[in-house]
Amino acid sequence: MRSGCATRRWLRPLLLLGSAHLRVGVGQRPPGAVMLPFPIPIDPQRGPRVEMPAPEPGILAQREALLAELRAGLADDQVIADDAGLRAYDSDALTAYRQPPLLAVLPNDVAELSQVLAICHRRKVKVVARGAGTSLSGGALPLADAVLIGLGRFNRILDIDYDNRCITAQSGVTNLALSEAVAERGFYYAPDPSSQIACTIGGNVAENSGGVHCLKYGMTTNNLLGLEMVLLDGTPIRLGGKHQDAEGYDLLGLLTGSEGLLGVITEVTARILPRPETARAALLGFASNEDAGRVVAAIIAAGIVPAGLEMMDRFIVAATEAFCHPGYPLDVEALLIVELDGPGAEVDHLLAQVVDIARAQGAVSVRVSESEAERLAFWSGRKAAFPAVGRLSPDYLCMDGTIPRKRLPEVLRRMAELSREFGLRVTNVFHAGDGNLHPLILYDANQPGELERAEAFGAAILRLCVAVGGVLTGEHGVGVEKRDLMGTMFDAEDLAQQQRVKCAFDPEGRLNPGKVFPQLHRCAELGRMHVHRGRVPFPELPRF
Amino acid sequence: MQRLMPSRPEELAEILRWAAADAVPLAVTGSGSKAGIGTPVVAEHELSLAGFDRIHDYEPDELVLTAGAGTPLAEVEALLARHRQQLAFEPPDMTSVGRAMADAAAPRAGTLGGVVAANLSGPRRFAAGAARDHCIGLRAVSGRGEGFKSGGRVVKNVTGFDLSKLLSGSWGTLAALWEVTVKVVPAPECARSLVLCGLEADEGVRAMTAALSSVHMVSGAAHLPAPVAARCGRGAATGAALTLLRVEGPEPSVRHRLAGLQTLLGGDSLLLGEAESGVLWRAIGDLAPLPAADDWVLWRISLPPAAAPGVLAALLRQAPCDWLFDQGGGLLWLHCPVETPAEQVRAALAACGGHATLWRASAAHRARVTVFHPQPPALAALSQRVKHGFDPRGILNPGRMYPDT
Repeated sequence: MRSGCATRRWLRPLLLLGSAHLRVGVGQRPPGAVMLPFPIPIDPQRGPRVEMPAPEPGILAQREALLAELRAGLADDQVIADDAGLRAYDSDALTAYRQPPLLAVLPNDVAELSQVLAICHRRKVKVVARGAGTSLSGGALPLADAVLIGLGRFNRILDIDYDNRCITAQSGVTNLALSEAVAERGFYYAPDPSSQIACTIGGNVAENSGGVHCLKYGMTTNNLLGLEMVLLDGTPIRLGGKHQDAEGYDLLGLLTGSEGLLGVITEVTARILPRPETARAALLGFASNEDAGRVVAAIIAAGIVPAGLEMMDRFIVAATEAFCHPGYPLDVEALLIVELDGPGAEVDHLLAQVVDIARAQGAVSVRVSESEAERLAFWSGRKAAFPAVGRLSPDYLCMDGTIPRKRLPEVLRRMAELSREFGLRVTNVFHAGDGNLHPLILYDANQPGELERAEAFGAAILRLCVAVGGVLTGEHGVGVEKRDLMGTMFDAEDLAQQQRVKCAFDPEGRLNPGKVFPQLHRCAELGRMHVHRGRVPFPELPRF
Repeated sequence: MQRLMPSRPEELAEILRWAAADAVPLAVTGSGSKAGIGTPVVAEHELSLAGFDRIHDYEPDELVLTAGAGTPLAEVEALLARHRQQLAFEPPDMTSVGRAMADAAAPRAGTLGGVVAANLSGPRRFAAGAARDHCIGLRAVSGRGEGFKSGGRVVKNVTGFDLSKLLSGSWGTLAALWEVTVKVVPAPECARSLVLCGLEADEGVRAMTAALSSVHMVSGAAHLPAPVAARCGRGAATGAALTLLRVEGPEPSVRHRLAGLQTLLGGDSLLLGEAESGVLWRAIGDLAPLPAADDWVLWRISLPPAAAPGVLAALLRQAPCDWLFDQGGGLLWLHCPVETPAEQVRAALAACGGHATLWRASAAHRARVTVFHPQPPALAALSQRVKHGFDPRGILNPGRMYPDT
């Protein structure tokens, strides 16, 4: 799926497509900018975009032979080689990056996928796997010298097992379809990324997707029991099953969030949960971000774990109110949605505590949902935040850092300073409960230099997240977008160890190259040991 | 054999560089509380991480704690308790096996790093996740002698490969962990249990399945047959098999949900108050009702819960075993005569999937039997390549899990 050129920009997020024109990397500092508290990389030689590995001539040269070999084992409509057909796959939801693949292949089953991978492996051709293409970080961005494998035909739910409280589906089934498949018996699959109507469970596993409810119910990795994947050489591997925990190394945990670098996921077994008896939400308005931040901390400190705890700033509140009229108060600086779910008695009890906390911290507006319709109305604005902003700004970048909750007021203040320094507006929606920020940087791509400035601003925000003890990405993944910022969080040895794991699965680096790791090292080089022989082992150490 | 006990990461790295250079096999330990689990390691020296024994950072409002891997679990749990918080995965204490019930509130043995390295979780595991779900960051030194970190101090993080998960449950065979960051949670205001008496194994699993499929948010579900239940206080009084369902949360919610469960399940039931419920669940997690005995071994069998009664029946036809179900049936602890063949135990899982680990046996027996469930060749080869990427010379706990890892 992708956005057509004719699609109006503000509509894109509604279609779950190119909601984020994210391009992080290096940019020009705006003229006269004030010195920042941390450095922003500026490399005028390289330009603003993250560079992908140069196509290998040896791969490009065998395109026709590869095509013939693939076609020999597959139906005509399963191998796409024409320009128009390939353009359909040229980006994911990080639409600032576009690159048609060498070829696109649509296998029907594991046997065909294994065969395709084995062919690519033998020919040393690179491979990129793709689910629905909703990645916001470029995880499924094709390469000119890579075969793109579309998993859209892996679209069957294989097993619903209520007694073992799990569902098994092929990797191309959408996230929402899992919940819908088990709704008749009152169950659901907990992780609910905003793109759940389109994104696939295989993609969710690859990215370890979150959602508004992961504060209480965990991310994808906390809700899986098993998977099947195919290694780059075509070998199928099963991890886990319907039971808990691994017999050996937790490769299921490793695969989850590995961004398509380790194997092609074909089947997923996920836990399902009984839908909570009830859910209610409070809508709390505050005169300052600090007040709202204190309430978030106080709710957590009181031992309450809300199902969702979202914060919106004044700009977002106004934008969403104008967009879809959720009935938000317009005279507040920050608005919190606190949702509690569970047994009715518990929800009422805890919601009363939340309201007391909010009042004690000076809430200027307090509403508690008295009906399901009202609860959904509270959420309607939050869920429309991106399109609502998209209507007010020609373009925006959506960032995805996580910070320790208590640093929120400080981070918001510094973000406002950065906004002035870069001359670009930033507005915030925030999974406040788990510290996951989604700052939206507003810009106009038609103004020369604004995109580059917005990207530099975005990189500065992510560096700020890391500087206060947070991380580069809470749920969108590193992909292409944040690849070159990995060094702000990890040193060379951290990254080398991660890449040695990659080597165990893909020694030649042919699966989804150019993603996650800023520098590619050869596995042979990573495997070399520096040996220090002949030393006395630590006479100074305590021995017992 | 010498015991090397570094207390700074630089010392740890130096030791491992030296050991890697000379291919010196090391037995990696914490407090030694789980030394009896796994294939016995033949090592030249012991590498103790007990020197990394300080809590580095604890922020109750952030629900996160960072501590040296050798920090005693008891110290961590006591600190959390002072702030009405806890480790949701309820780490069990495997050294308390056979300890009198009255001591169940005694401090836990083991270290924080050991719990993570063994991915040890207790009765709340199915509801709250395992140790691996709560380990959000770590620092370690690989078998190459190179330090690295993974994860961070925030709960929502997808930056880079999740090495914290990979190292959880790796039994010290990939890297020497020296610092762990865990997610902590508020302790429930109230915890009580509903006990159904006199159910057969299959009825017990059916009752647990009904409870876990309900809206009543059960956080513990175990079934003890009468002879095993007789070793617990309440079981001794009733003389019957016990099916226990724990409910935690704010008091009005707990009351409401217990009533809901009683209505749902009907039959003969008892309600246990806070104290008694706490003692029983701790005893179940720590395996107090399955005390060690000469010539008996204990198997830890993870399986699909609905398959548990069938698997159990097949196993009991072959050997006279003691047993209990935890995790709603998803975990079967099987205490059986030492001569029960491992192949027989594992064959019972062939149809439904799962794994059986020889959890408690003499060192001699553990040296003879494949302790961890054998893996299919492709998966075993992959695991071996992963091991090679961390510990190419095979110096860290060689063979503790599998011969090649």
